[in-house]
Amino acid sequence: MSDLLRLATAGSVDDGKSTLVGRLLYDTKSVLADQLDAVHRASADRGLATPDLSLLVDGLRSEREQGITIDVAYRYFATPKRSFVLADTPGHVQYTRNTVTGASTAQLGVLLVDARKGVIEQTRRHAAVLALLGVPRLVLAVNKIDLVGYDEANFKLTAKEFTTHANALGYADSDVLTIPVSALVGDNVVERSANTPWYTGPTLLEHLETVPVEPDPHHVPFRFPVQYVIRPRTPEYPDYRGYAGQVAAGTITPGQEIVVLPSGGRSVVQRIDTPDGELAEATAGQSVTLVLSHDLDVSRGDLISAADAAPAVVDEFDATLCWLADKALRAGARVLVKHGTKTTQAFVTDLVTRFDEQRLSSVELPDLLQLNDIGQVRIRTAEPLPVDDYTVNRRTGAFLVIDASDGTTLAAGLVGAPLPVRDAVNPGP
Amino acid sequence: MTLALDRRTANLDALESEAIHIFREVAGEFDRPVILFSGGKDSTVLLHLALKAFWPAPVPFALLHVDTGHNFPEVIDFRDRVVGKHGLRLLVAHVQDWIDDGRLTERPDGTRNPLQTVPLLDTIAENKFDAVFGGGRRDEERARAKERIFSLRNAFGQWEPKRQRPELWNLYNGRHRPGEHVRVFPLSNWTELDVWNYIAREKIELPDIYYAHEREVYLRDGMWLAEGPWGGPRDGETLERRTIRYRTVGDGSCTGAVDSDARTIEDVIAEVAASRLTERGATRADDRLSEAAMEDRKREGYF
Ligand SMILES: Nc1nc2c(ncn2[C@@H]2O[C@H](COP(=O)(O)OP(=O)(O)OP(=O)(O)O)[C@@H](O)[C@H]2O)c(=O)[nH]1
Ligand SMILES: [Mg+2]
Repeated sequence: MSDLLRLATAGSVDDGKSTLVGRLLYDTKSVLADQLDAVHRASADRGLATPDLSLLVDGLRSEREQGITIDVAYRYFATPKRSFVLADTPGHVQYTRNTVTGASTAQLGVLLVDARKGVIEQTRRHAAVLALLGVPRLVLAVNKIDLVGYDEANFKLTAKEFTTHANALGYADSDVLTIPVSALVGDNVVERSANTPWYTGPTLLEHLETVPVEPDPHHVPFRFPVQYVIRPRTPEYPDYRGYAGQVAAGTITPGQEIVVLPSGGRSVVQRIDTPDGELAEATAGQSVTLVLSHDLDVSRGDLISAADAAPAVVDEFDATLCWLADKALRAGARVLVKHGTKTTQAFVTDLVTRFDEQRLSSVELPDLLQLNDIGQVRIRTAEPLPVDDYTVNRRTGAFLVIDASDGTTLAAGLVGAPLPVRDAVNPGP
Repeated sequence: MTLALDRRTANLDALESEAIHIFREVAGEFDRPVILFSGGKDSTVLLHLALKAFWPAPVPFALLHVDTGHNFPEVIDFRDRVVGKHGLRLLVAHVQDWIDDGRLTERPDGTRNPLQTVPLLDTIAENKFDAVFGGGRRDEERARAKERIFSLRNAFGQWEPKRQRPELWNLYNGRHRPGEHVRVFPLSNWTELDVWNYIAREKIELPDIYYAHEREVYLRDGMWLAEGPWGGPRDGETLERRTIRYRTVGDGSCTGAVDSDARTIEDVIAEVAASRLTERGATRADDRLSEAAMEDRKREGYF
């Protein structure tokens, strides 16, 4: 069992995400006295009878003024069983880009709904975002269960509707857990609630402590984006030449044959260097320096790959974009693409489909992709890129779309088509 | 508890690897990066990670310290020793120079912490630094918990929390327009305890004042302050000799010490793990001013 779980909240505005995070921190005794004092004081200033635990995470002035979350808050806590990195994301549709930020590295999505409202448009949008990004497992927390009299039928209905939707997005039943909670009161968050005797599943914390975590992709072939060439040119190391980077996928050992892409030059890994000594093996997530047996021309932006399982090197490919900018995308747009350690000019040549995340169907040949739209596109790059399918490897299948003029990040890019589309559904009226 | 110990080590490996990745991204994408280095524990860990990221080559960046003139002499000595040992280039921006030529005026309360922002921004602009590494951590404070690892500053050096870029996967976007710069926080995902565990594991030397020692101090606003060039006890405040240590090290006028017997790194780790106060809550007068003290300073261009 892995010892670290990265999770992100999601769900519509005011469904109680920040309160739930605050409750989780509070009930696990992860809140220190001065932080709690500050929350007590701020709550009293606002005339509240009980402390508002969302103030533990809503750390910006405008968030506290408006009572909503605007940007992701990262919190760290641990229990004797596991450590957690928690990203509390905003529910407001205007800030979906920040939700995407929090979800892009999550291993578990905790999606909230308000028990009084059930599954709504924003729930479906966030579920689609989590599925698109490849977040492997979901929790649906049916929150504010205190406001519906702890009604079992209400919970069952919402749970069923959501699970069906998640199934359509590609989640198996075993990947989705639904829990009735009250973030405000604390029911089934850390403590099992006497108010829901009909619920026999785990509390949220019990689930977080035991849910399987997908390991970094060790089983896929070795991928190593070169970040920096290390050439000391010092008396001690006059001829040293090492390629610094973080293993994006797979495993490498000295003696293994590699290929440098896009050039195609082949060599053998002579050593895996770190300041603490040579390694016998390096795996996904480790930052190391590779020394090769041959003198090749290798620079930042190149990818070192297992020689017998190299990715395709392409200058035209299909991808899915989650569009995060206010200005819309049209076919023919000139952008920058950052993939691994390489940034290159590119055209979005075609808009192929727009995903309707409410119906899980697709609309052919859209005129544009607007803020928060998910769509399939075709991209042509100035320089060829060694790409993997996102569903096979999150690290080498992901890229950024950047505005060349002001540097803004315009979209999250995923090579291939990670979302299942229910084409059988009628487009409707 | 060996389980907890294993987990600690595994986490430190992942955090170290992430920080090294961040240093190398900046080296690959920026023209003139600089590391903020005060000699405090976070910036010392930062420098240690930078040395590891480029080994066996030297660190390809200069260091910058904004010296309030109210720093602990032990820390300044330590700073200079570390810089010398690794053959690094250190720039010091003295707040005093800004006061002397009228660009800044001393505050009535004598604290110089907020005065650091202008010298910092002036020095960044003068040297055309485009990436500025800081040792900030998200666990320090609620506003910091909101900040990106690559945090864009506009031409006025300001943080605009409502306009942060998305930060997706570990693909960092360092693009900026002329005059703008990017603050980079490789320790974003570290906690105070991670920092101390790492210092222990890597046997990193720190200024002595982080460990328990005897010192003449006086009580103000519930904190033990030391006498120094920044002032001393006022009416009704008296000096007494206590065994204390510093949990954070900043401007002497507003950095408090805590009562502590933690003389070794193991003691410190045990103390931090058992503490019921955050490090800033325990030691920083500047953050007690208001609910949004840190956010407001950051918006102006503070670290
Ligand atoms: N009765 C009841 N109220 C709740 C519960 N959880 C949250 N609330 C209230 O719902 C309101 C919104 O809570 P937040 O935690 O700020 O909601 P959020 O999902 O974080 O909102 P955004 O981040 O802006 O999307 C607050 O007034 C909470 O006190 C609950 O379980 N029961
Ligand atoms: Mg919230």
